[in-house]
Parts: sequence; structure tokens; C-alpha cells
Amino acid sequence: MEFAELIKTPRVDGVVLHRPFMPTVEGTLCLTGHHLILSSRQDNTEELWLLHANIDSIEKRFVGSLGTIIVKCKDLRVIQLDIPGMEECLNIASSIEALSTLDSVSLMYPFFYRPLFEVIEDGWQLFVPEEAFKDLESMTDEWRLSEVNKDFSVCPSYPSLLTVPKDIDDESLCKAASFRHGGRFPVLSYYHKKNGMVMMRAAQPLTGTNGRRCKEDEKLINATLCAGKRGYIIDTRTIAVAQQAKARGGGFEQEANYPQWRRIHKAIERSNVLQESLIKLVESCNDQSHSMDRWLSKLEASNWQSNVKEILTTACLAAQCIDREGASVLVHGTEGTDSTLQVTSLAQIILDPSCRTIRGFEALIEREWLQAGHPFQQRCAQSAYSNGKPRSEAPVFLLFLDCVWQILRQFPCSFQFNENFLIMLFEHTYASQFSTFLGNSVAERVKLLLSQKTVSLWSWVNRPQELERFLNPLYEPNNLVIWPSVAPQSLQLWEGVFLRWNRSTKCLDEAYQEMVHIIEYNKELQNKVNSLRRQLAQLETEDSPLQTP
Amino acid sequence: MEHIRTPKVENVRMIDRLTRRKSSVGTLYLSSTHTIFVENSEARKETWVLHSLIYNVERLPTNSSGSPLIIRCKNFHVYRLLIPQEKDCLDVLASLTRLSRPERYGELFCFSFNPNLDKELREKAWGFINLKAEFSRMGIPCNLWHVTAANHEYRLCDTYPSELFVPKSASPAVIVGSAKFRSRGRLPVLSYFHRDTSASICRSSQPLTGFSARSSDDEQMLQAIMKSNPVSEFMYVVDTRPKLNAMANRAAGKGYENEDHYTNIKLQFIGIENIHVMRNSQQKLIDVGELAAPSMSDFLWGLENSGWLKHIKAVLDAGVFIAKAVAEDGVSVLVHCSDGWDRTAQACSVASVLLDPYYRTIKGLMVLIEKDWVSFGHKFSHRYAHLDGDPKEVSPVMDQFLECVWQLMQQFPCAFEFNERFLIQLHTHIYSCQNGNFIGNCQKERRDLRLQERTHSLWPHLWENRAEYTNPLYRTDHSQTQGVLKPLTTAYCFKFWKGMYGRAEKSVASHQSPADCLNAVREESQQLEEELSSHQEVPRETDAGQETCPTEGKENFRGEEEDQQVV
Repeated sequence: MEFAELIKTPRVDGVVLHRPFMPTVEGTLCLTGHHLILSSRQDNTEELWLLHANIDSIEKRFVGSLGTIIVKCKDLRVIQLDIPGMEECLNIASSIEALSTLDSVSLMYPFFYRPLFEVIEDGWQLFVPEEAFKDLESMTDEWRLSEVNKDFSVCPSYPSLLTVPKDIDDESLCKAASFRHGGRFPVLSYYHKKNGMVMMRAAQPLTGTNGRRCKEDEKLINATLCAGKRGYIIDTRTIAVAQQAKARGGGFEQEANYPQWRRIHKAIERSNVLQESLIKLVESCNDQSHSMDRWLSKLEASNWQSNVKEILTTACLAAQCIDREGASVLVHGTEGTDSTLQVTSLAQIILDPSCRTIRGFEALIEREWLQAGHPFQQRCAQSAYSNGKPRSEAPVFLLFLDCVWQILRQFPCSFQFNENFLIMLFEHTYASQFSTFLGNSVAERVKLLLSQKTVSLWSWVNRPQELERFLNPLYEPNNLVIWPSVAPQSLQLWEGVFLRWNRSTKCLDEAYQEMVHIIEYNKELQNKVNSLRRQLAQLETEDSPLQTP
Repeated sequence: MEHIRTPKVENVRMIDRLTRRKSSVGTLYLSSTHTIFVENSEARKETWVLHSLIYNVERLPTNSSGSPLIIRCKNFHVYRLLIPQEKDCLDVLASLTRLSRPERYGELFCFSFNPNLDKELREKAWGFINLKAEFSRMGIPCNLWHVTAANHEYRLCDTYPSELFVPKSASPAVIVGSAKFRSRGRLPVLSYFHRDTSASICRSSQPLTGFSARSSDDEQMLQAIMKSNPVSEFMYVVDTRPKLNAMANRAAGKGYENEDHYTNIKLQFIGIENIHVMRNSQQKLIDVGELAAPSMSDFLWGLENSGWLKHIKAVLDAGVFIAKAVAEDGVSVLVHCSDGWDRTAQACSVASVLLDPYYRTIKGLMVLIEKDWVSFGHKFSHRYAHLDGDPKEVSPVMDQFLECVWQLMQQFPCAFEFNERFLIQLHTHIYSCQNGNFIGNCQKERRDLRLQERTHSLWPHLWENRAEYTNPLYRTDHSQTQGVLKPLTTAYCFKFWKGMYGRAEKSVASHQSPADCLNAVREESQQLEEELSSHQEVPRETDAGQETCPTEGKENFRGEEEDQQVV
């Protein structure tokens, strides 16, 4: 196999592994096509298995003939390998470098991975647009499923089936598509059952400097308004950024052409700025020598928490328009594949209790991220330790998960899943044996034949054995809209991700176990009491004839 | 009553700054001890503000809708009122300003607070915490440490307790001589004895060294303390001040121990800032909490600029250093600052919390506060402005100790029997003057005020309500419950204490609390256990041919439960 050429030294003995807050391990280092493995060959010591795809960057150092490789991972962990022998060390380093930067998608691990479990429920079949549309049909008949993008020619980043207003024909959709960036014409994102209001998403309109307009686009979004009602357009960019976009052919909806809509500009940063923010944040989290002043000033300068606040605020705004103002909403930024999706997906978590269940949350990710064409492969090509020149990587989805975590922290009883579920998703977006987050769009995934050749993350996660770890013991289903606080003091640094490798979590894990224990004990008692009650009731009915003479 | 200019104002609006919808209209009543706002709504919701908790009252310029009045409390609650008539607003302002600044001890709330306890119960309540029992829990007196009568009638040091524990080997002359060589006579005495290692934590004020003075008695005193730890060859002297401050004190005839004169000591400066720095820092922090709609940068910048977390870290670092010396190295430590009643109390008590699981229980924390703070002359009335006095004496020393405990709770969620609510309640009572416990500045003053006869003790009251203050995750047999806590004090481990400082706006309050959920679950489990055991009684009783009687079974169980509590 071609990997063999890249592996200059497949095996080195006497390698010492250092990990923060863990004892060092000495053992044999092995390189395979997809993994870096360190095993101590002693019983009871865990082995390290690291996917090459998880390696973000490496550094080499030499002291005499002892080489050291610092491996920085996309899940933010940093490990150190001491390798005896300069040549071995250099070989290992260059092999890792080559194997962790493979360009071809078809060489990725998911194409080689064979599950050791039986796939009972195929994740690829779990969330199909037809099913979601059936749910919608049961609530309203104003919408239809269009096949206009069947061959992905109208919009390459959209899925083949799209939910659009019933009265708008495919021809109009094509015209509207030509008026929107990347062909991303307005489509339904969410229907609010409570009052029939909707949230749509799109890309920016291509008004350009001379104020182009498109009747079909106007008609399309007006079709979602009730008679006499106004709607809100939430542009995730500042007005200044939106103005600048005009020069490049983009723009925003002019009041004159969209009189029934009120436009609100927010200030969610673009992806390249977010990547910088992540790099700065992780850098400061990894420096334990910082004084308090320096730490707080670095945290502030990274702007990460500001980004979290701005995204959540915008999502709350969208949710407020729908639930409180009783108005429909159209969300877009520039491409409609990043900040737009952050807003539409978070708004649904606020509004729709079903998104707070495990299945519902998976469906949300499928709908609002994977099928909606968030370019996962580009965005997650590199993480916080990327040192090359940035291409299109950005922690857009990580920020979404961070925002979900913030809401989860404020409503610890309202989510069926726990923090571990979010962290697991973060890991799998960057490196995984499953292919769910490969590719940048439905079209690419279809072309790669992922559903035939690889295993979906959902096929694994939804197995009861796995799911158990991700269940929130405090969960009490609640049908309410939940309004998170976006005050700075209510938003915290997501320690579970950013400080994960920089402290021991033993005590926090114990606390979690204790919580599980308390709740399980309660359930156990409830079962016992219920069964006794039943027995008692039975005894009483059996006894009663005796007691009535 | 003569200070109340207007007892009642109608149509007052209580404003919620974040959520205007939550503002409400009602009537404001002024009593001699409380201001009460009663909503006009059907629920007639009442908000009570204790006058002794009021930090300041600020009137904003009258506008078209009325005269705004802001009441800021020492426990960081803020009430924003809108009073229709300017004259009423001025009256309320003048009344509250006077009522919130009592001039004599006799005016304090504790002397009028009457929870309907008979005399006998009240006296018993004052015996709830017994420091002698606490020292004997530590194993004191023993063959190395004993109690000295040297401070009987406070003749050696009027800010110390009358009973002091000192090394057996220290002669009365050495004790007196050492007291003379220390600021305000606060000589080195025992604060905590660590049984496992025989190392101790002692405390004192700074020595009167100036640039060259020395006292052989004081030197012998330290030698005696070191020798009281048989295995150790040296001891630490932890000066909790920044070294510069300590050096500056030499010009005033005070200072720190000269390592050449005291044999076998290692001097360690920790660098906790003085009360003035802390007061300003907290004010800045409060201002951050009060910002209207701050951006994330405003908030983080304000947090950094306040320096508050830096100071909390310094206090915790001091505790960590001492705890490590005592538990890991088995070395005794003498802790002092200038007077030995602020930073010293902080460092000793934080170290004790780290060292001894007992202080992480509800009762234990009460004991610790009684020992390291109340008995050793922490100046409660000055620091927490119980009386109208010198504002430069005011400082959030105890606030910082409570926050250190809270920060530890974040790292060790199962290690503390009490919850955040308990700390906040303690904080409120330190300021509220409702009970006699924290009135005055030292034991002697409290005795002279006859507080035990005239006021009530807080501790039994908190103890009775302990269910409310219990951490559901706490278990006595848990690994992190036992032994010494070794917290990480990297900067990123410290958090803004939202439960304490984020209370200016009601709407920011946390939405759901996992601890409360868990407590409810545990309560339910307890009831289920009761029901279960009552059901399980049934078969036995029917076997004996008796009629089923579930209530009897329940009573049995209650009886058992009571027995368990006694144990």
C-alpha cells in the first residue's frame, strides 16, 4: 500500500511519552498508515492510539542524540515523545508530518475503517429530508419539497431536496438562486409550531453597487409572510461589512425593494478572524506561567468569549423575533454557510425542545450543518496549532458547540445530552474513523459514495452502549422556550475543551459520577416502591372479599 | 424612630434594569430596621431590605417620571426605585442614610432582633461552638502544647482571646517578653495543630525589629515552637505581606524576623496586598458587576483591572504554601502580617480548610470562623462598617476568605459539606448585625458589650437550617473529601463569583441549579426510602398475623432516622 512509502521507520523501542497530569509511559512507538501507537507492553497500562488526522502540527528538538517530538493535536492536547536516536526521531517526525497532511480524501481513515460492532441502525438513513418534511406537513400545508437542485446544479452547496413556499415554482427558485451568493436562495430552516412563524436562511443577495433587484427573490420571501405582517432580515454582518460586500457584487436587501422586511445587522466575525481567535485562546490556555493579569488580558485579547456572546446574542434575537414578536425571519451573512448556520441552529435550540434531545440534536446538525453545506472539510482541516498560512480553516462549528454548552450550563436539566456529547462531536469534526464530517457538501459526499463505503458517526453513537456516556442524568423534558443569558458574567470559558488537557479532571469526574449515582439510586428506589405499591394493591383486592362479611 | 422622615410612600416603582417588563409598582414602608417594598400586584410580593445591610443610597436627578433612588447593599444587592415626588425621595434618602449608619453599638439590629427564644435556649445557643473542644479535637493540650493563663483578663494582649495555646517549653517570661516584642502584644500562639505530622500553624503580628532591634525572648519563643515539632529541623516564618511593605515597616520600628537572629527559620514573603488595596479592588469589581449591558471586553477588562482575582489567588497561594509545609514537609509555620488580624487570619484559615476535612463541613467552617477570625480579634465592626466610622478601616477581608473557599469548591465539588448558599449566607450575616457573633472587634470588646446576654447567636440558627446549605455531592467516605486538598492555582482556575457579585440584576440569576435539582432528588429518595421501609414492614407484620398498618411502619422508620442523626 502507498502508505508504506511514507513510513520511514515503522517502529522504535524505548520511546518515552509525556502527557500533562499523567504518569510518563515508556514503550514501543509504532506508525501505521493512520495511527501513531505507543504501547508499554506492560499489563494495565493503557496504550496511546492517535489518528494521524488528529495531528495539527509537530515540533522537533534535540539534546545530544535524544530527540523529542512535540505532537500538537486538533483536539488541543499536546504530548511529548522522547525518541532515542537522531535518525529515528527525524524519520518518525517526517513520517508523521506526511501522514497527517494527506490531501486526498479517499486516503482518509474512514475509508479503511471497519467497525467492530454490528451496525443495527444505519446513520446514513436516519435523517432524510422526506421524513422532516412529513413532520412539517402535519403542521402546515404552506410548503413543498422542491427537487430543483436534484443534480446540485442550481446550488452546489445545497442538498437535492429543499423546503420552499408552496406558491413558488422551480423556475422562480432558479431565478432567485441566480440572485444569491453561491446560488443559496432562501429556504426553510425552521417552522415554529406555536405561532406558525418561520425562519429561513440564504446567502447574501447579489445587489452589487448598482442595486440590482430580483422580483422572484422578493416574491419568494414575501410568500412566507402572513397578510399585513412584517418580517425581520437578520444580516449577521455589520452594516459596514455589508456595504463593502457590494463592491464585490454582494450586498443586502434594500428597504425599497423589501418594504415588508426590517433589516437588522449584527456583528458575527468572519471565519478567518475566528481562526485567529481560536489560536490566541488556545495559546493563552496552554501557558500556565501567566499571571492573573496576563491571563485575563490574553483571554480578552483572543476575543473568543466575545465571539460566543455575539453569536448567542444574534441567535436570541432571531428566536425573539419569532417567538415574542410573532414575526418570520430570514437569516444570512455572506455565503450563508457559517455565521448563518450558527444563528439558525442555535435559535432552534432555544425555541424547539426536540433539538435538545440526542436524536433531535443529531437531526439539527444533519439539517442545519451537513445538508445545509457547511464546508466541514475546509473548516476543520487545521485546528489551533496550525502554523502554516491559513487557508479556509475556522472553528465555526466549535463556536456553535461552545454556545450550546453555554445554554446547557444555564439550563442543566433541559438537555438530554451532556457536555461529553458536545466534546465528542468536536473531536469527530476534526479527526474521526467515521465519515460524517468528511466533504464540504451533500454533493461531495454523494460523489465520494460515503454512505456505501464508510460508516456514519450516528451508526456508532446511537448504540445504547455508547449513548449511555452521553446522557444527561439531570434531564427532565421541558416544552418551553429557554432564554439564555448573554451577559458576559453568565458566559464562561468552556473548560471541558480549552482546559481539558491543562488540569486534572479527577475531582470533576468524581462529582459527575456522584451525580449519576444519586439519580440512579433514586430511580432504583422508585422502581422498588412502585412494584411494592402494585403488590400491595393486588393484596388489597385479594383481601377485600374476606374483609366484607 | 426619630430618624424616619416618612414611613410610607405610595406608587413607587421598583425597576429591573435588564428586563423592564419585570419592573413593578408598589408601596414603600420604612421601619426602624427594614425598608419594605410591597407590590400592588395580587401576589403582594414583599421585598425586605435590612437597614444595616445598606452600603449607600444614591439619588439621581429627578426626571419626568419621578425621582430615581438607588439602594446598594453590602451583600451586593442593588435596588432601583423610582419615587413619584421629589420630596418623598429626599425624605427616604435622608432617613435611609441615617438609619444605615448607626453611631453607637446600642443602635445595632442585633439588640432589637428577637427571634422568640427563651433565655435558657439563648444561653445554650452561645455554647454551640466550643473552641476548647476544637483544640482537643486537634489533640491539644498534649505533651508539647498547653494552655497558658498569661492572657487572663486580656492583660498581655487585649485583642487576643483570654485562653492561648503555646509550646509547653516556653516559660512565662518568654511569653511575656515575646508579646512585648510584637505589635499590639500579639505574640506567636497556636492556631492549628496537624496531628499526622505534629507540625503546627502559629500566628502573630510583626516583630518590632526596626532596623536592628532583637528580643531573645521572641527568638526563644520561635525556637520553642520549632522544637514542639520533634522531627523538624527548621520552621517557616510566612510573612503574608509583599516584601517591600514589610521593609517599609522597619522605619516605623516594626518589620520582620532577621534570619541571622532567629536560628533555623526560613522567611517566606507571600505578597498579599493590604486592606486599602483590597477595598479599592473590590469596589472596582462591584462596578464591573453593575455595568449596564457591558460587552465581553468591558467585562474582562474590568475584571482584570480590578485585580480582584489576582488578590484571591495570592490568598489561596498563601494557604497552599502553608498547607504543603505542614502536611507534606512536616514543617511548622508561623504566619504573620502587620497586625496579624487580616491577612494572617486569611492565610491560616485557608490553610486549615486545605489541611483538615473537618473545616469543610458545615459545623467545621463555623468553628474555623469562630477560631481564626472571631476569637483572634479580626476587627469585624471596623472592616464591615457596622458603625459609622473611618472608611479607611473598611475592607473585604472575610469576603476574600469566603471566596477562596468558593474557588476551592469549584475544583473539588464533592469535598465540601456545604454549598454556595451557605457561604453567601455567612457573608450576609457578617455584615447584617442581626446576631451578636460578629459585633465588635475582639473578644474583650464583645465581653464588655455583654453580647451573650443581649443578643442571639447565629450558629444554631444556621445549623437548624442546614438542609438548605447542604451540598448534595458531599459524601464523608469520598476520596476527595478526605485528606489534604491540593488545588491548582494557575490563573485560569479562578472564576468570577457570579453568585456573589452578579447579583446587582435579578434577571441574571442562574436559570436552573444542578445542586438544587440533586437536593430535590435526594429528598425524594429519602421519602422513597421511608415508604419502602414502611412497605417492607408490612409482610413481617402480616406474617405475625397482625393487621396491616402502614402508618405504624412509618413511625418506626422515623424513630430510626432520629437515632441516626444523634449518632
